[in-house]
Amino acid sequence: MTQSFRLESGGLINRDKKISFKFNGKNYFGYEGDTLASALIANGVHLIGRSFKYHRPRGFFGAGVDEPYAIVQLYRNGETEPNIKATEQELFEGLEAKSVNCWPSVNFDVGAINNFLKIFLPAGFYYKTFMWPKSFWYKIYEPFIRKAAGLGTASIKHDKERYEHKYEYCDLLITGSGPSGLASAYSAAKNGAKVILAEDKSRFGGTLLTSDVNIGNQSGKEWADSIVSELKEMSNVTVKNRSQVFGYYDHNMLVMSERISDHLPETKKYHPKQRLWYIRAKEVLISSGSIERPIVFGNNDTPGVMLSSAAKEYMKVYGVLVGKKPLVFTNNDSGYETAIEFKKNGVDPIILDTRKEPHSEIIEEAKNMNIDIKNSYVVVAAQGYKKVKSADIAKISDDKEELGSVENIKCDCICVSGFWTPTIHLASQSGNKTKFNEEIDAFVPGTSKQNEKTLGAANGIYTLEETLKDSFEKGNQLSKEITNIDNKVSFPNVVEKKSTVHDKFWCVPLPKGKNYKRFLDFQNDVAVSDIEIALKEGYRSIEHVKRYTTLGMATDQGKTSNLNGLQLVSKIENKVVPAVGHTTFRPPYSPVSIGAIVGREVGKHSKPTRKSPMHSWHEKNNAVFVDAGVWLRPRYYKRGDENLFEASKREAKNVRTNVGVCDVTTLGKIDIKGPDAAELLNRVYTNAWLKLPVGKARYGVMLREDGIVMDDGTTTRISEDHYHMTTTTAQAANVLSHLEYYLQLVWPDLNVNVVSTTEQWAGAAIAGPKSREVLKKLFPNSDVTNEGLPFMGYMEGDLFGVKAKIFRISFSGELAYEVNVESDYGYFMWEKIIEVGEEFGIQPYGTEALSTLRIEMGHVAGSELDGRTIPYDNSLEGLISKKKDFIGKRSLSRKAFAAEDRQKIVGVVPLDKKTSIPEGSHLVKDSNAPLPNPKLGYISASCWSVEHDNPFSLAILKDGKNMIGEKLFVMSPLKNKIIPVEIVSSHYVDPKGERVRS
Amino acid sequence: MLYIKCPHCGMRSQNEFSYGGDATIKRPELGKEISDQDWDNFVYNRKSLRGKHWELWQHISGCRQWIKVERDTATHEIFKTLKANEEISL
Repeated sequence: MTQSFRLESGGLINRDKKISFKFNGKNYFGYEGDTLASALIANGVHLIGRSFKYHRPRGFFGAGVDEPYAIVQLYRNGETEPNIKATEQELFEGLEAKSVNCWPSVNFDVGAINNFLKIFLPAGFYYKTFMWPKSFWYKIYEPFIRKAAGLGTASIKHDKERYEHKYEYCDLLITGSGPSGLASAYSAAKNGAKVILAEDKSRFGGTLLTSDVNIGNQSGKEWADSIVSELKEMSNVTVKNRSQVFGYYDHNMLVMSERISDHLPETKKYHPKQRLWYIRAKEVLISSGSIERPIVFGNNDTPGVMLSSAAKEYMKVYGVLVGKKPLVFTNNDSGYETAIEFKKNGVDPIILDTRKEPHSEIIEEAKNMNIDIKNSYVVVAAQGYKKVKSADIAKISDDKEELGSVENIKCDCICVSGFWTPTIHLASQSGNKTKFNEEIDAFVPGTSKQNEKTLGAANGIYTLEETLKDSFEKGNQLSKEITNIDNKVSFPNVVEKKSTVHDKFWCVPLPKGKNYKRFLDFQNDVAVSDIEIALKEGYRSIEHVKRYTTLGMATDQGKTSNLNGLQLVSKIENKVVPAVGHTTFRPPYSPVSIGAIVGREVGKHSKPTRKSPMHSWHEKNNAVFVDAGVWLRPRYYKRGDENLFEASKREAKNVRTNVGVCDVTTLGKIDIKGPDAAELLNRVYTNAWLKLPVGKARYGVMLREDGIVMDDGTTTRISEDHYHMTTTTAQAANVLSHLEYYLQLVWPDLNVNVVSTTEQWAGAAIAGPKSREVLKKLFPNSDVTNEGLPFMGYMEGDLFGVKAKIFRISFSGELAYEVNVESDYGYFMWEKIIEVGEEFGIQPYGTEALSTLRIEMGHVAGSELDGRTIPYDNSLEGLISKKKDFIGKRSLSRKAFAAEDRQKIVGVVPLDKKTSIPEGSHLVKDSNAPLPNPKLGYISASCWSVEHDNPFSLAILKDGKNMIGEKLFVMSPLKNKIIPVEIVSSHYVDPKGERVRS
Repeated sequence: MLYIKCPHCGMRSQNEFSYGGDATIKRPELGKEISDQDWDNFVYNRKSLRGKHWELWQHISGCRQWIKVERDTATHEIFKTLKANEEISL
């Protein structure tokens, strides 16, 4: 198989290494160093897809990131990825790609009917058409739009690739390795600055790879290569290719995506596919160059119409001809460089120059090479459907309004150059106030907001000598200020061909009687006529015109379309371009994969997983785990074929009858020390704390300033100035911050220190009527009798040689203790408890049994303390001190909080004593009342009471204190349940609290 | 992402901090009579300024100190940072 459009020699590809690939099911080959685009063009493939709206045939328009057309679905190593630019995708062995946006095939696309219906698809078509009838939306319009929209299909499979994030700091970040990037990086590096040089493409050098220049007696590419290899040797420089800086954020933080493995058939072991860099730079030098702009003419989207710079790049970098009968249509000297390159490769181009009599070194050279040049000529329209076959051309009057007679000439490609648009995206993202440069007819960076400077072509400087001078100087100057080293680099001798001014011509008028589509935005199919309609309909702001017509809204973000769009609006509106202004540039500059953004924080890694020191014991004993915040806690311990319900019932029952042990390591623990510790607690908790004796624990509730309950827990006085506070698992971090806030900002005079000790202590709750027997065995030398260690008592003990803290506190309503040891002894403690408890029938219990026990004894937890309830609502009003002030107290006297019929916690039992009540259900008076049925309250927690062997729930109910004994209905529309219930006290077990004191 | 100078630790990225709201709000003294209106102003009512704003941040993933930061809410420029015990001069 031959490559009919590959030149015999030349280019930067490795012709010794053939690479085979597949496009739309057909086999081709290219060479190492090709992109998918260059390899396809070499094989004569120019039809690559269909356009978004009209499904018109699409070829290649550019050779890099600016490409609006050549977007493919890529298949690599068993994975698929949409939205891949063929001009950016490097060829690898076994690559497979398919066209998008066409059915059944790119050659015969049914959607192309839209092209003939285009009269019915004007600007704002979506807004106008899919408005009515309303009933059509779900069944007809939405499925239609969904099928028609999008460029490719996202995979729904789990992505097996790995993506990484990296944080980096540097003195200078330089974005782009063209002449300005290399020069500034070099002089900054010589001053010892920490430099990161980022290049989007695989090859360094930017335009130096394609332009005919000489720097210090070397070709542009040789000079670039020597600078890059020197930079790579320097320890203060990081040089990265395939790395695109796509976003400029606050305080000089930029984000770069590095494509590490996308160019390989598969990702190497231990390598990520992509890496996202968060770079904080002291200074940023934007050297992103410029993008050639098209000239607008009839059918200018036909495959074979492309940017002249791209045609040159395909020849010089890839050794590929984009056509053998090229037409170059230009308003400046750049087109001549492309024509000269064609001529050098034995192809005769024709140049159509909109200018009347331009003179420059480059034009002179073209003339000397006998290139056919037609001045004051324009392309009126491209002819051909799936590929350019000929062009209608005509002379144009000096005022550019009148066309002469139209002639048709044969050609197989039209290379367009409408001059250059600086790539100001990053500067604009940084907050730079851009300004319009009349001379180049484009916006350039103006006043900086952050520490950035723009160099070279990105700043509208189009001569190499000036670019290098400015860049060497800026690199030196900025780095010198940071490092205080001034190693001046000698400026090399530069040889380049001089060019002359461009013609500010951008749109060819329509010949009489023709209404060719003249496209502005190639990816979203926005034509001149669409903008005209939008303006006629009254759209004025460029931001509105953009959204109404979708100009510049595609994945290429209007890199080739923005300025021509502005030119058109300014012409119709009779305003100058700067008065129209440009739309906002937003990150990302070019699409970034979701994988790179997410990094490694996927699935189980989306947050840390914390395990208690006893975790492996739970695992060995068939624990089924549940996520509790970031912790993994045993939910129940499975025996035989038990399910959750059976196991948790068994575990809870065993606590009520014998004794159980529960891992409570996850409870938040805060160590509080200092002479004012008691005073702090007294201000933070709602109850009194000043008189708590040493060796005693107390239950406390803390509020936010707005009176809402923040957290509850027990705090124990270990010694005179030393307290041990426990918090709920979920609120541990918030409570610590809360205490720090008051100590540091509100009451700095209090002499107290707080520190989290959650991870320092392993905790086990031993609960049940036989728990004291277990304690006696665990601590044979301690007096754990009811007198020696009464309810809410605390003592230290010796657990087989390990120092332990013993608290007599209960969350289950039973006689219970909590034992804490240093975390490293947690496993030992647990094993000992199980060992000595065996004779008393001890069983471990999980969070499900824990919940059952606390619900049936009416102890509030997270589902009641949900950030919406005050102490009264939870029947905690007995803990409100009348004598002292505390955080949030003043709020409790606000009118709504003191209302007579305020909500209050109650118990709920189904009348049939059988039907389980779904959590979150509503309580209503009359289940048949018309909707919306007035809601009296909600079910906060449900369990199967092991004490009474029937379902029991807690609810927050309006006027709860007067509702005991009432019959209501629980309604759960989600579960489609209506359950008649009776309201009872929330204390369903041992309402007098005798067991905990026994 | 903001770059905040912690007066204790130096320049640190925003993701080490958590936001704490208006730094000029003073908590009423404990045990003092206060009208409903004044209490509401303390608990709920905030100005939501555009422009310079003294605000609290806590260096939670660092020294855990609460600090005062003068920031422009529109441009995100940070003018000054203070320790918790340093007075704001408005």
